[in-house]
Amino acid sequence: MADILAVDDSASMRQMVAFTLKGAGYQVTEAKDGKEALGIAKSKKFSLVITDVNMPNMDGITLTKELRALPTYKFIPILTLTTESTAEKKQAGKAAGATGWIVKPFNPDQLLATVKKVLG
Amino acid sequence: MSIDLKQFHQTFFDESFEGLDIMEANLLDLEAGSTDKDIINTIFRAAHSIKGGSGTFGFSEVAAFTHLLETLLDEMRDNKRKVDQESIDCLLQSVDCVRSMLNATRDGGDIHDQVVTENENRLIAILGKNNSNSTVDPEQETVELTQVNTSISTGWDIRFKPLASMLRTGNDPLPMFSVLSELGELSVTVDSSGLPNFDDLHPENCYLSWSLRLIGDVAKEQIYEVFEWVEDECDLDIVPIESGSEKDGTKVPDALVSSAGEDCTKDGAGAQSIKKTDVGQVKKTATSEVTSIRVGIDKVDDIINLVGELVITQSMLGQIGSEIDDDRECDNRRTERLREGLAQLERNTRELQESVMRVRMLPISFIFSRFPRMVHDLAKKMGKDIKLVITGEQTELDKTIMEKIGDPLVHLVRNSIDHGIEKPDERIAAGKPGTGTVYLDASHQGGNIVVEIRDDGKGLDCDRILSKAIERGLVNEDESISEEKIYDLIFQPGFSTAEALSDVSGRGVGMDVVRRNIRDLGGNVEIKSEQGKGTRMLIRLPLTLAILDGQLVSVGEETYIVPLTSIIESLQIKIAQVNTIAGQAQVYLLREDYIPIIHLSDIFSIPKEKLSIDGGLMVVVEGEGQKAGLIVDDLLAQQQVVIKSLETNYKPVNGLSGATILGDGTVALILDIAGLIRCAKLMDTSLLRSQRIADHAGEAQQGSGQEIIIANMNKEIPDEHDTIH
Repeated sequence: MADILAVDDSASMRQMVAFTLKGAGYQVTEAKDGKEALGIAKSKKFSLVITDVNMPNMDGITLTKELRALPTYKFIPILTLTTESTAEKKQAGKAAGATGWIVKPFNPDQLLATVKKVLG
Repeated sequence: MSIDLKQFHQTFFDESFEGLDIMEANLLDLEAGSTDKDIINTIFRAAHSIKGGSGTFGFSEVAAFTHLLETLLDEMRDNKRKVDQESIDCLLQSVDCVRSMLNATRDGGDIHDQVVTENENRLIAILGKNNSNSTVDPEQETVELTQVNTSISTGWDIRFKPLASMLRTGNDPLPMFSVLSELGELSVTVDSSGLPNFDDLHPENCYLSWSLRLIGDVAKEQIYEVFEWVEDECDLDIVPIESGSEKDGTKVPDALVSSAGEDCTKDGAGAQSIKKTDVGQVKKTATSEVTSIRVGIDKVDDIINLVGELVITQSMLGQIGSEIDDDRECDNRRTERLREGLAQLERNTRELQESVMRVRMLPISFIFSRFPRMVHDLAKKMGKDIKLVITGEQTELDKTIMEKIGDPLVHLVRNSIDHGIEKPDERIAAGKPGTGTVYLDASHQGGNIVVEIRDDGKGLDCDRILSKAIERGLVNEDESISEEKIYDLIFQPGFSTAEALSDVSGRGVGMDVVRRNIRDLGGNVEIKSEQGKGTRMLIRLPLTLAILDGQLVSVGEETYIVPLTSIIESLQIKIAQVNTIAGQAQVYLLREDYIPIIHLSDIFSIPKEKLSIDGGLMVVVEGEGQKAGLIVDDLLAQQQVVIKSLETNYKPVNGLSGATILGDGTVALILDIAGLIRCAKLMDTSLLRSQRIADHAGEAQQGSGQEIIIANMNKEIPDEHDTIH
C-alpha cells in the first residue's frame, strides 16, 4: 500500500490524519513542519504528501515548491490542508505546484475520499 | 470507515491551550503600531490551528469565534490593518474567551456566555470598522450553497482535455476516472490524436484527451468535484446524455468546497454533544511519538514514600555496618566487602532518591507565565507604564511548593505594581524613565530556590511604616528600631500603609498571610528597599518538602535534627562571652553581635546534665534573618532524613517542623529554627513588656515572662516522646 507523508504542526490534526489513513491500510510517516518533512522526503520517496499550510519553520507552500524542485517529486501528488476556502488561498497552493487541497474542517471519510482521488 | 474523533480531543485541548499561551505571550510583546511579521505570524498560526482543529473535531462555536480572531490577525498580517492598542486588547480578551470556551467544551459547561458574546460583538465591530474585504461571512457561504444548481441526470457525457502541463502538479487522470467509476457506470474513450511524433514528444507533457460517459443518478456537482483541482488546467464539458446540448459550466462553483466544510461542521456539532458526557475516558491510541507520560501525583508520592523507607533501611544497615567489630581477624575481609556494599547502597539510594524527587519537579515558568498578562492588565488599569523582566523561569521546583507559592507571588507582584512603581509623570519628575520595571527571577542557591521580585519604584517609606506601626500599637514611640525591623513590620497582621485600599492589592489578604504561607513551606521572605530606588523581595524556598539534610544533635538522652541549611557554625562556649539580661535571658557575644542563647534542654524539659554551659557546645543557627545559639550536649552525624509530618501523625507543635526515623529505628524530632527563634524572641519581648507593665502599672506578678512561655511550650510538647515513637 502507498506511503503517505503527513505534515502538520498540530498534533491532534496529525494524529487524526495518520490514524485515518493507517486505518485504511496506508503507511503513514508524520512530520511536524515543512523543514522536517523536506528532510524526510529527501531520504525516502512517498506516493503522496499531505501538508498543512500554516506552519512554523517552513510553511506548506514553501514545502510544496521545494518538493516540486526535487526530481523524485516532480509528479508526486501533494495536497494542502487549508482552512481558507477563498479561491485566492486555494490557488496559492496550486501555484506552488500542489495537486489539490482539502478544506478544513474535514472528517475522516472526506479525507479518504480525497486521497482516493489522487491515489486511486 | 467510521472513526471516533473523540480519541483526538485530549491532544487537541492540550495543544490549543498551549497555542493560547503562545498567543497571549506574543500579544503582550506586540506593541501598537508594530509591523513585526514574526510575532503577528506566530499569533496568527496559533489562532489558525485552534480554528482548524475545533472545526475538525466538531466544536463549531469555538471555530466560529476563532474565525473572527483569525480574520483580524490575517488582515494585520497582510498589512491591511494597522496594529492598534484596541485590537491588541480585544485579541487578548478573545484569548481568554477561547480559553473559557475550550474549558467549557471539555468540562461540559456553558460555552456561549455573555462575556463571549460581548467580545464577539467587539471583534465584529473592529472588523467592520475598516477595510475588511478578506472577511468571509459564513452566512454568505450558506447562501451560495443553496444557490448551487443541483441538477441530477441519469447520465452524463464528459469531455476532458487536460493542458499539457497538468501532470506536473501531480494530477493523474487515472485515479480521477476511478473515482468517477464509483459514482456510476463509466465508459472511457481515449483520444490520442494529439500525440506528436516521437521526436517531438516531451515525456512530461500530457497529449491525450478523453470522452467519458457516466450512467447513474449523479449530480453534476459530484462530477465537477472530481475535476475541481484541474479546472484551470483542462477543458471540461459536462452535458446530460439526453439533451446533449448543454454546454455550460466549465466553472466549478466555489461553494462546492464550502459544502464539504459545512457538512463536517454539522457532523461535528453532533459529536460535541456526545463528547460532553465523558472526556475522562478518552484514550490516546494514535500517539505517534511518546516523549512524556502522564502519571497521577499519588503514584509518584507512593514511590517517594517507599524510597523514604528505603533511605531509612539503608541508614540502619549503614549503622550496623559501622558497628561491626573490626578486631575479629577472621571476618576482616567479609566486613570490608560488606562495608563496600553498604557504601554502594548508600550512593545508589541517594541517586534513586534524587531521581524520584526530580520527577516531582516542574520549571517555575508554570507560575511565572501568568505574570506578563497580569502586569499588563494591572498597569493599564492603574495608568502606569510597566515592563516585566522574567529570568530563570527554567528553575525547577517541587510541584507542591509550586502550587502553594503562586498566590503569595501574585500578591507581592501586585504590591510592586500598586505601591512600588509610580505613575509616569511622578517617575519623570524624579528623574527616572517613565516606564517602571518589575523583575522576576528564580535561581538555585545551595539547597534552596530563591525567587526575587524587584522593582525600580519608589521604595518603602520607613517613616510612614513606622508612624503607622506606632499608630497601631505595634511599636512604642520611644523605641529605636533598625531599618530591617521596620520593613519587617509590614508583615505584621493587619498592617497596610495604602491610603486608599485599591482593588489591586487590597483584597483582604495581607503581607502577614504571604509570609505565613511561605513559612509554612519551610521558606522565608526578606525585604530590602531603598527609598526612591526600589524594593527587592527575596523568597527562599526549600527544593522539596520530603527530605532534609540534617545535623543530628543530642540533648540529654534525646536526638534532635537541625536543618543543615540553617546552621551557620558550631562553637565551644566561652563563658566570658555570655551575658545575662534582665536576670533571665542569656545572650552570647559572637564577634560583634549579641545573639540569644536557646537552651534546648529547657525548651524540651530535658534534665540538664551539667548546670554551667562553659565549654559546652553551641550551634549557631539562623532563621528568618535572625541568629540564635542552640545549646546542645553533642554533635552527632550529618545525614539526609525523610520528613514525616507531625501534623498528620500527631499534631502540630511550635518549634518543631516534623519528625524522622533514624537508622536505629528511633524517632528524632526536626527543629523548626525560625519557630524556635520566634519563641525565644517572644520570651524576650514579653519579658521586656511585662517588665514595662510592671514598671508602669505595678503588675509585678507578671514579671517572669519566660516561665509563662516555657510553660506554654511544654503544654504543646508531649512529656513522653513515646507517644510519637
